[in-house]
Amino acid sequence: MVKMTGAEMLLECMKKEKVSQIFGYPGGVVLPIFDALYKDPSLSVVLTRHEQGAVHAAEGYARTTGEVGVVLVTSGPGATNTVTGLADAHMDSIPLVVITGQVPTKMIGNDAFQEADIVGISRSCTKHNFLVRNIAELPRIVKEAFYIARSGRPGPVLVDIPKDVITDRGEFRYPETLTLRGYNPTVQGNRWQIRKAAQLMAKAKKPVLYVGGGVIASDSHGELAELVALSGIPVTLTLMGLGAFPGTHPLFMGMLGMHGTYAANMAVHHCDLLIAVGARFDDRVTGKIAEFSPHSKVIHIDIDPTSIRKNFHVDVPIVGDARLILSDLLEDLRKIRDEEGLTPLDSWHRQIEDWKEEHPLTYRKDPEVIKPQFVIEKAFDLTGGDCIVSTDVGQHQMWTAQFFKFLTPRTWLTSGGLGTMGYGFPAAIGAQRAFPKRRVLAVTGEGSFMMNIQEMATVASLEIPVKIIVLNNKYLGMVRQWQEFFYGGRYSSSFIGQSPDFVKLAEAFGVAGFRASKTDQVEEVLLKGLSTKGPVLMEFMVDPEENVFPMVPAGGSNVEMIFEAPPQPKAGKSGRREKDAVITA
Amino acid sequence: MSAESSQKKHHIQILVENRFGVLTRVAGLFSARGYNIESLSVGQGTDPSVAQMTIVTVGDDRVVEQITKQLNKLIDTIKVVDLSESSFVSRETVMVKVNTTTRPEDRQEAFRIAEIFRAHIVDISSSTYTLMVTGEEEKIEAMIGLLRPLGIKELVRSGAIAIAREEPRPSSRPQRSDGELPA
Repeated sequence: MVKMTGAEMLLECMKKEKVSQIFGYPGGVVLPIFDALYKDPSLSVVLTRHEQGAVHAAEGYARTTGEVGVVLVTSGPGATNTVTGLADAHMDSIPLVVITGQVPTKMIGNDAFQEADIVGISRSCTKHNFLVRNIAELPRIVKEAFYIARSGRPGPVLVDIPKDVITDRGEFRYPETLTLRGYNPTVQGNRWQIRKAAQLMAKAKKPVLYVGGGVIASDSHGELAELVALSGIPVTLTLMGLGAFPGTHPLFMGMLGMHGTYAANMAVHHCDLLIAVGARFDDRVTGKIAEFSPHSKVIHIDIDPTSIRKNFHVDVPIVGDARLILSDLLEDLRKIRDEEGLTPLDSWHRQIEDWKEEHPLTYRKDPEVIKPQFVIEKAFDLTGGDCIVSTDVGQHQMWTAQFFKFLTPRTWLTSGGLGTMGYGFPAAIGAQRAFPKRRVLAVTGEGSFMMNIQEMATVASLEIPVKIIVLNNKYLGMVRQWQEFFYGGRYSSSFIGQSPDFVKLAEAFGVAGFRASKTDQVEEVLLKGLSTKGPVLMEFMVDPEENVFPMVPAGGSNVEMIFEAPPQPKAGKSGRREKDAVITA
Repeated sequence: MSAESSQKKHHIQILVENRFGVLTRVAGLFSARGYNIESLSVGQGTDPSVAQMTIVTVGDDRVVEQITKQLNKLIDTIKVVDLSESSFVSRETVMVKVNTTTRPEDRQEAFRIAEIFRAHIVDISSSTYTLMVTGEEEKIEAMIGLLRPLGIKELVRSGAIAIAREEPRPSSRPQRSDGELPA
């Protein structure tokens, strides 16, 4: 048996788990691990410039590859800086293993230098976490961490390793199997329930498939496509589900919910059967829950039993892996088709086409002022959709979700559940590391971008060719939109016109920068930016007061969509910006 | 399951890995999701690697369904049983330090109450008795009610522990909601 240090053991464990990429930041107690990494060329480390960036990068890596993202940071502030990323991954079911250093076992609880109770702090924002208490249990815990992170409903797992465990020596034996008597996720769906679901689907006159990120996590987009081809059931996707079904398919209705399409929200409201697959009836999807899909029977397929009946009633719950369940469902549905036939959906399709025509996704074009939606449309046209796109959070995120047509799964990275500004750019870095040859776009706003702007140093130093699109409207746009609609146009703390010159800033970091200020410059800047080698920042000075439509006001029913700003008393508007400028100055 | 908001008391039995931090995970789940805990008791079972918890909580059917699912979702949870779905026995122990000098007859009265409730006097001083009694919730509440006029100096409760009955009781005898047979 080989004796090795805890640090070396950790790296051996990672290799057994087929890890090749780590995102991290060194510090005191993890120095022995970074030293071991220095000697071991099989594991590559991306040094981000902030631990939060490392976690989001690992999320981007995990979401695009389907593998577990790995983060390595030090104790204390290194560990606490991962908390937002952990919470983000927890909400969006992203498999991560985050390794944090800890002060030596004997000093835990003594308020030692750079000590933080990260196991306590992260308990509610991880799927599970561990404190390794001696070197003997290190391999088992790492194995369990990877297994828990990627199985069932995926999520982040934190492993806290004290300094003395890192430096101790022990015999390395990686367990072949593991026994977690309290953890045994259901993967196979109940056959009887599936049959019931198939019968409902065969009989429904106005069915809708409401599909979320679970279909991407379980790689069941193929089964979904077959199911739609067989049944003709129209599809709406959640924000997390985009890419699970081609955005250009005639039976695709667009995203649903607060900024969903008119057709999708109308269809969900009027359907007689709602088939939720890997979605969790989030409040941004349902709007006023009492008026959500009021006429439908509900089938809910999810791997997490707690998702079922958490927010919404269900008639046929099916717990398990979406891929297995959808293929069973296909089998049953084919049988019904052959024996009894399926209900034709022609009039339902016509109804949906009418809704699509009644209120398509649209915006007012302008020959002078750049419309943000136009930038997204152009980016889609110029790339043919063949790229990975990440976003931050806010208006630009919704416009990208609406106007970029995602064609394949694992090409769309966004912070859905937690809504983390600062997610997108580092996530794009992770995606680009996973796919060095693919084109990766990070769409962001000047507000979100500032929250992890330090990662420009990361892309510059490692020549990670992420293409950053900053839609600069000089406001925290979504906040401003809500203030315009619901707070009498009082733009409190939402004006951020004093942002730095992003093009100059990019250049200072060593990133190429371009700017477009007029509509006719958009295509030129995009072409220039996309064809420039290495990391690029493209700043688009867009209409400051453009809004995201349609919109369901918070707490409203999904059929109460608005398509223009509600009438506002315009008094005081002229003095507003000046005042805001004073506040922000 | 209908969403009627009939709040009911549930005794939930949980088997968890006997590891450090598990209690915090369970308690943290209740606070993070806004569930009630009326009482929580924990101890080691026959297998030293397993700890046994009894949690008494209040909620409607939908909430209690979520509570049991969320508890099950914890990696360290081995088994969750909502005992209230069938027959079970629940007991709690309290110790009450009561004044015996407020009124002249109080020393006698406290002694009588102890006898009637089959409580033990586990500590005695010139001005107090400390009574210990084990029983179902109603009995404990009744005794505390009677002791209150004497002046309760201190009161500690163990929290309920509960166990499923091996066989349901014959249906000819009326059963109370906690499965307890009337005395």
